[in-house]
This record gives sequence, structure tokens and C-alpha cells, in this order.
Amino acid sequence: MTTATAHTDEMGGRQVLADATEKLASADGDVVLDFSTVPRLDSELLRRLEDLVSMADQKAAAIKIRNVNIDVYKVLKLTKLTRRLSFVN
Amino acid sequence: MSTVETVQERTNLPLATEDLDPKRIDYLDGLVAQASTAAALFTQFTQEDVDRIVKAMVLSGLEQSAYLASLAVEETKLGVMEDKVIKNMVASEFVYNFVKDKKTVGVIREIPERNLLEIAEPIGVLFSLTPVTNPTSTVLFKCIVAIKTRNAVIFSPHPKAWRCCAEAVRIMYEAALKHGAPAGIFSCLESPTLPDNAYLMHHKSIGLIDATGGPGVVKAAYSSGKPALGVGAGNTPVYFEKTADINSAVVDITVSKTFDNGTICASEQTVVIDDEIYDRVLKKFSDLGAHICDEKETALLERTVIDPGTGFMQPMAVGQKAIDIARFVGLKVKKGTKLLIAPIGGVGREHPLSVEKLFPVLAVYRAKSADEALRVCLDVNHAGGIGHTAVIFSRNDAVIRKFGEVINAGRIIVNSPGAIGALGAVYNDLVPTFSFGCGTGGGNSTTDNVNIYHYLNIKRLARRTQNHMWFRVPNQIYFNLNAVENLRQFPSATTVIITSPLLEQIGHVEIVRRYLPPETHVHVQVIPDAEPEVKVILQGVETLNFYKADQIIALGGGSVIDAAKIMKLKYESPAADLEELAAPFLDLRKRVIEYPTEKTNRARLVAIPTTSGTGSEVTPFAVLTDKASGRKVTLADYSLTPDVAIVDPQFVMTMPKALTADTGIDCLTHGLEAAVSNYASPYTDSNAMQAIRLAFKYLPIAYEHPNDEEARSMMHNAACIAAMAFANASVGVNHALAHALGARFGIAHGRANALLLPHVIAYNAAVPTKFMPSPFSQGYVSHTKYAMIADLLGLGGTSVPEKVTRLVEAINQLLDQLRFPRSIAELGISKEDFQQSIPGLAQVAFADPSWRSNPRMPLMEELVELLWKAYEGRGPAQTANVPQDDIVQEVVTR
Repeated sequence: MTTATAHTDEMGGRQVLADATEKLASADGDVVLDFSTVPRLDSELLRRLEDLVSMADQKAAAIKIRNVNIDVYKVLKLTKLTRRLSFVN
Repeated sequence: MSTVETVQERTNLPLATEDLDPKRIDYLDGLVAQASTAAALFTQFTQEDVDRIVKAMVLSGLEQSAYLASLAVEETKLGVMEDKVIKNMVASEFVYNFVKDKKTVGVIREIPERNLLEIAEPIGVLFSLTPVTNPTSTVLFKCIVAIKTRNAVIFSPHPKAWRCCAEAVRIMYEAALKHGAPAGIFSCLESPTLPDNAYLMHHKSIGLIDATGGPGVVKAAYSSGKPALGVGAGNTPVYFEKTADINSAVVDITVSKTFDNGTICASEQTVVIDDEIYDRVLKKFSDLGAHICDEKETALLERTVIDPGTGFMQPMAVGQKAIDIARFVGLKVKKGTKLLIAPIGGVGREHPLSVEKLFPVLAVYRAKSADEALRVCLDVNHAGGIGHTAVIFSRNDAVIRKFGEVINAGRIIVNSPGAIGALGAVYNDLVPTFSFGCGTGGGNSTTDNVNIYHYLNIKRLARRTQNHMWFRVPNQIYFNLNAVENLRQFPSATTVIITSPLLEQIGHVEIVRRYLPPETHVHVQVIPDAEPEVKVILQGVETLNFYKADQIIALGGGSVIDAAKIMKLKYESPAADLEELAAPFLDLRKRVIEYPTEKTNRARLVAIPTTSGTGSEVTPFAVLTDKASGRKVTLADYSLTPDVAIVDPQFVMTMPKALTADTGIDCLTHGLEAAVSNYASPYTDSNAMQAIRLAFKYLPIAYEHPNDEEARSMMHNAACIAAMAFANASVGVNHALAHALGARFGIAHGRANALLLPHVIAYNAAVPTKFMPSPFSQGYVSHTKYAMIADLLGLGGTSVPEKVTRLVEAINQLLDQLRFPRSIAELGISKEDFQQSIPGLAQVAFADPSWRSNPRMPLMEELVELLWKAYEGRGPAQTANVPQDDIVQEVVTR
């Protein structure tokens, strides 16, 4: 299994999620997203993350998020996405 | 929905699937999912983000207020366009004015004096039902309040007002979205149906139902089992009292009842007018454009605008103009008639117009008296209007207040129009709203004008408070040999010396007399040397009254001083009820009973102890025995503390050995219990530790060498110092058990303490089965405090358990040295007798307030175990289970 690491930031979050989606589509293995520069989620970013999770479910891969801030984590909790993600340090 | 669930799991609504097809359910679930996501994203928004969006929405609402008003009138055929514009503007501008500076994100209020923070937590997704009568204004209001509080809303408008409401939602949504709100934050059901409402009301992702509408909607909301704000019908009574400004009041009622053709549920329904002004009031109404119906016309109205089957108003009349209603009913009225006024003779089904009428028909009642007027208003209030709104016009403040007390309404509007007054912020300082809480009487959870705070979960962050503590002792304490000479400095016209027969006999009273100022008249009251009885107290009070004493000198042991304390209390405050003052309490500062502060007489209490143990000369406690009831009551209040204590060892030089030992161990127990008490403080610790040190050093000497002045003096000081500690930190389980043993078997108090002391130390030093909740203590420190006492006494040991063991051993040695019986069995009490007494002893001990400050909460079975240990005497492994903690210096100075 290979691991693809994607870094997200406020401006480039969409691109990074798109890259991660591409990596997941082209290879097996878990995807690790570094959220250290993501202070906030918006509707589109959240939707893309949901799509990524759905794709990972289909491929039996895991989406792992590291360095998530607590405000973003709360959004993931409220949308019940935390059940489908794993969080690493 | 992100997970596969059944409809029942989502809603707990078994019938939903029968009434809704799967496509509709998918549609509804989609709205909820979209709103849930938006609400989740919204949690990240700051106050500034929210305020920016709210302002934009408000401006948009104001801009579109006329458009939305026209749309509402066109669709609903209710009300007055011009008035609906004002409603929309109030819902935007006035609501904004209220919310704009309010904090609704993060910390919304700091209460430093209570160490509290209030923090806002959004609810999430609200399901909101809006009425046909105030459609667009209600939507504008709810959208603004929802955004201000970071919530998403799914709207279900009344079907007859769907189009205008959907448009209002769209306008608000677009403004919000444009300024950064999450997508999906508002939505409006397309073609809402009752099954839709039922499904959403039970949907698990809906956090709150906000239902504004008729009784059916409100009932459904509250029946769903969801948190709900249900705001429904009213029936506003108006009391037109004889002192009212008639001109102003008639205009106000006309303004209100005709506003939007009476569609606001807070508008006036029945006006009860005092007889004295009735005719003038009706004439004024008539002058201003009202038509006053005669009996026939009233009957015609009753039959037409009220449904005879249900007793409720006919929907076809709601929101219609007076002139149109008159035409429909067949009344001949003048052109331009604004209002139809129908005199009625009472309230109830036989008087159909006494119910809510959301159109410009007003019932009036002629009241012969103020009492009748209030009665009729209350009848109207209870005929469908409980909790909603009431109005009074009067210049008599007493009548206004009485009306406010009698009528059950969330809003009681004074000298202003009911409908607009209830909306708030126009005629008064009520919170602006379009949703009126009607309290429990109206089946609602609040009587408030619903506002932003009802759309928030308010979390309270409560920091641990450092409770104020105290260290209270007599103002003056004189000690060392011949300290009694200080009596000279206390001027007194009449002094009563309370003492015991023995002390008078051995000349102690004479010593005291010698040092009183020569001009002082002195009377000696001799009382038995036993716990004071009520009879003895009352005799003493009689003496104090007879001599008009301004000074009381208590010369004796604890019982005599206690008696003097209670005599002083009753002398100064004759109405003091001793039984009541002895009521139990948990925290002295919060107890129910208050000691009297108003005093008929005043006297200084000087306490001169003649034993070295109880320390009553500096404590706020006094024990009283009521022989008639067989009860012993403990009084506790700092007002009982003597004003002056004179700790002069000359009065204890002749104490017998047994009394020296008993009182000395009582003193030691006071120190040890105060040291580990949950109320211990650095102030009490310093006293407790010093008293323990003095007692260990000097008690054996005073016992073996009764004439040793230094030992006697130091033990006398030790008793007083220990008492200062326990007067402020209290005692513990040792005293609770000793009181029980003393009462049951007549064991002297000090002796009973001695029987228990080693066992209680071992018990308190071990890890508690149950910790005692106490805001004063930080962590469990009894074992380390015992270890520190062991260090203070130079007992050695390298670990806390070892030091505690050494302390227990040292106490055992001391008790042996003082020739104490070391078990209850040694006192000649049979095992069978003791066994039989155990349940009662444990119960009495548990009822004793002494243990409330004990560091370890005693369980009943543990009290029993301690009693058995005391019965059997010292046993093995008394200090088992003592934690191996280090001694932390801070425990002494926490």
C-alpha cells in the first residue's frame, strides 16, 4: 500500500483535495491530508472531502487527516464525517 | 444522509411512511442534510462574520418590505398592505436594533464576580412553521434571529401564505449567501403538507421546532418530543379603568385593533370598561370611527363571525376590514367605519364574541365595580388567552399592579396599544419579536418575547470559586496567670456572674469579684454543673432582666459558658426561638435560619474557663438539653461567641487528674480534627498544630504534676488555641461518634474522644471509600497532614504511612500514660448491650453535624466499624491503606 500525502491551505485547499482525489483514483493506498493550514472549511471544500471519502470507501482505502484544528474537527463531527475519517498526529 | 437509516430511525415516527412517498421523504431528508451541513459550517463563523451577514439581510428586508407586504396581502387576502409594510420594517429594523450589539458567538457574557462565563452554542437546524396572519414579517424576523445565532432554518409556511413566505426566505437567503453564509442555511418547503410537518418535527437532525400559528400547530410541535417553541392563540382582555386618559386609550385601542385588520394575536379582544366612564368611552370610539352595535346587531355578529359549532372565530372574517365584515353580516354602518364594537354581557360559550377575534370586531363589557372588571378580565384571560397578552389603561398604579398580579399573561401592556405594544421596542422596552411565548398556561415553554436567546444553547463555564473563609474569635483574649485582673478595664453597672456551686464554694467567684470595678453591682447566679437545661436558661434570663445586667461573666467549664451564651442570646433577643435556631444546616453561610440581630438589651459576655478542654470561651457553639423532650440541641452562630475570653490558669490549678486527662484529650482531639477538617485554612492550621504540640508536651506533665504552673498554663492556652481552630474549621467524625457514645452510655466527652481517636486517625489517613465533596479542600491531604503533625512532634519515620503510624502509636502511648480505659469493653459495657446499641449509635452519629467537615465521608457501615474498634480497643494494622504520597508543604498553607 502506498500513502499519498496532500497538504491543504485556505487558498489551495480545493486543489489539494482535487490532487488527493486524483491520487486515490490512480493508486491503491491510504491518503493522508495535512490540515495544518486549514483554519476553516467552506461548503465546497466539505463537499469535496465527502466525495473523497466516498471514493475511498469504494476502494476500501482510508482517508487520514493530520493536524486538524478543533473548529474544523467540530464541523467534521457535526456532519458525522469523523466516523468515516481517521485522524493522525 | 450519510448513513443508511430507516425512516423510523430518522424520525421515530411510525406513521410517516404511510403518508409520505419515498420521493417526498428523499426531498425532506435532502433539505435536512443540506441544512445540517450549513449549520455545521456555520459553527466556524465569528461574531464579525455573523454581524456582517445580519446587517446585509436587514437592509435587504427593509428594501423589500413593501414588495413583500403587497405579496402577502395579494396571496392571503388578509390585512392591510400599509400595515404589513410597517410589520416587515419592525421585523427588520427594530429587531436589528435589538440584536446588533448583542454577543451571540463564543463568550457572550462574563460574570467575573461569580467566576462564570456564558458561551453560545448554536442549536443547529430549526424547523420553523409560520402563520398566515403575519407571514413575511415572521419569516424576516426568524431569518435574522437564526443568522445572528448561527442556525439553519427549514421553513414550513402556512399553505395559504406559501408564495410570499417563500419569497421572503429567498430574499433573506440570497442576502445571507452573498455575504458569506453557508449554502443551504435557509430553505422553504415546497407545497408543505401536514405529513411533511409531522415528518420533520420528528426528524432526529432537527434541533428545535419554532412553531408560530394556531393551536393545532403548537400542539403538534410540543407533541413531537422535540424541544419546541410553540406560540399560538391568545385572547387579550383590556381593562379600561375609570382613571384612564379616555382620548388616548380609545385612540390606542383603535390603532391596535385595526392594525393589519386585527391579525396580530396580541390585539385587544374584550374591553372591560368601568361603569363611570362607559358611555363616554363608547362615544369616543364612535367619534373616532367605530360603529357601536345594538343588541340585534351584536346577535347578528355573533352568529356570523363566530362558528357556533366550535365557538372559534370564522376564518373568513380573519384580517378583513370592519366595513367588509359589516357588509357581509348585514349591518348598516357609516362609510369609513374602522371598528365594530359589540357590547357583551359576560364571557364564555353563551357570549360568543368573548373569544379571540383576529379582525376589527371588539367586544365591550360594562363593569359595575373594579372587582367585577378584574373578574371579567380574568375570565377573558382564561377563555383562550392564558399566558399571552393583556392590556390595561389606567392612571392608578395600584390598580395596574393588581391587574399585573391577577392576569396570567406574558405581556401586560400598560396605556398603549396591545398589538404593537406586545411586539416590543415600539411603545415600550419589551424585546422585539414576532413570536409571543405564552408560558405553561398556553402550552409553551416560555413567557418571553421569543428572541435570539431562545435560538441558542447557552453553556455556562463555571470556574471553581475560592470561597470566602473566615477566622472569627472574640475581640479580646487575655491569658497567663492573673489575666483575670483585666476585668478592671470593663466598666459595668450590673454584672451577673454565672457559675457552678463548686466554683463558688472554692472561692473562684471571689477572685473574679475582686477585679471588677468597685462601682459594679454584682449578682451571682449559680447553676448546676451540667449541660444546661431550658429551665436553667430561662431562670438565668429572668435574673439578667431583673438586674438589667450590662455584663455577664461566665465562670466555669464548657457547660457553664454554654449556658451563659444562651442566656445572653435570650436576654438580648427575647423572641429568639431556640428550637428553630438549632435547625440543621450544611453551610453556615447558607443556612435557612438567621440569628436575631435586633436586640432589646445588650450585655458584654466575658468567659473565664475553669477547665482546659472545651474552649467554649472562644467558640460560637452552645449545647442545650431539653429534659422535657429528651433532646440535646446544638446552637451554632458567631453571635454566640463571647466578647472577651480570660484564659487564666489559676482557675485550673485544682482540676482533678481525671478531669485534666479528659479535657486535655478533648483539646487534643479538637486540634487533630481541625487540622484535617475540610474547612481547615492556614489560619486554623497554625492554631491546630500549635495546640497539638502543646498538648503532647504539657498534658502528661499537668496530669502527673498538677501544681506545675507552666504545664497548667500551657494546657489552658492549648485548649483555647485548639478551640480557635475548631471554632473556624469545625471538628469531625471523632466528635460525632463521641457525642453518640456519651449520650447512650454516659461516657465523659473527653474519654469518649480518647476511645475513638487512634481509630479515627487511621481511618481518615486511609484512602476514603467515599470522598467528601468540599469546595474548600484541594485534593485528599489528611494523611500528609497527619505526617506533618508527626514531624512537628518529632516522631520520626521516613514515609507518610510510617509517620501516620508513629502518630497513632504516640497517641496510644499518651492515652496509656493518662490511664485511659482503652476499650469500651473496659468500661463494663457488655458486648450484647453494645451490639444492640450499635444501630442507634450509628444513626445518632450520622445525624450529628460534626462530621460534615470530616475529610472522609463516613458511610454507616464505617461508623459501625469504628464503634466496634473503639469497643474492642487497639487492634492490628490500624494505619493500613495510607497513600505513599510525599509530604507537600503547601497542604499547610493551601
